Amino acid sequence: MNAEKRLKEKLMLALEPTRLDVINESALHAGHRSSPGTGESHFRILVVSDRFSGLTRVARHRLVNDALADELSGRIHALALTTLTPDEPMPEQ
Amino acid sequence: MSQDAINDTIRQTITENDVVLFMKGNAKFPQCGFSAQVAQILDHVAVPYKDVNVLEDDTLREGIKVFTNWPTIPQLYVKGEFVGGCDIIREMFQEGELQKLFQDKGIAATAQS
Repeated sequence: MNAEKRLKEKLMLALEPTRLDVINESALHAGHRSSPGTGESHFRILVVSDRFSGLTRVARHRLVNDALADELSGRIHALALTTLTPDEPMPEQ
Repeated sequence: MSQDAINDTIRQTITENDVVLFMKGNAKFPQCGFSAQVAQILDHVAVPYKDVNVLEDDTLREGIKVFTNWPTIPQLYVKGEFVGGCDIIREMFQEGELQKLFQDKGIAATAQS
């Protein structure tokens, strides 16, 4: 299973998201001095989940980080995270 | 250095300085895009901060992750409290929450030149 799929599976199990985007952006960071060059180092993740209701941003990110702890201690170098509840507006971009 | 000793060093740094950014590189020459974004935001809101380059010390680089229970760098501390990493700081800045946090904590922006 590639990293994208593993991340998705772990987040689906942990957070029951109503929307989940996992985008591999490793190629954008390929020249970076601490980039491992594995092609599976940098990911952008959008999670929309009811579990985030009433939580601060830090607490939301910690839920995601905890779910992905194994991945983050290994090959994955960086996550760009957006964490929303279903009734929060999607950021423009 | 043991984790206890690193914790003491970090605690001292975030107690003695109102705003501390643990980053890769320094404020003038960030060496990572995420660190650079936060440094740029802090410069923009014109709040003075202490930059700590984790690349200069491997024990600190790993130690700050354990101390904060946060797997990535940069990490911003204000008045001894962890505020967030790059995504959170950027979102807070876009929503005006970061500026409000500094105001509420009594941290004055320096005059823009």
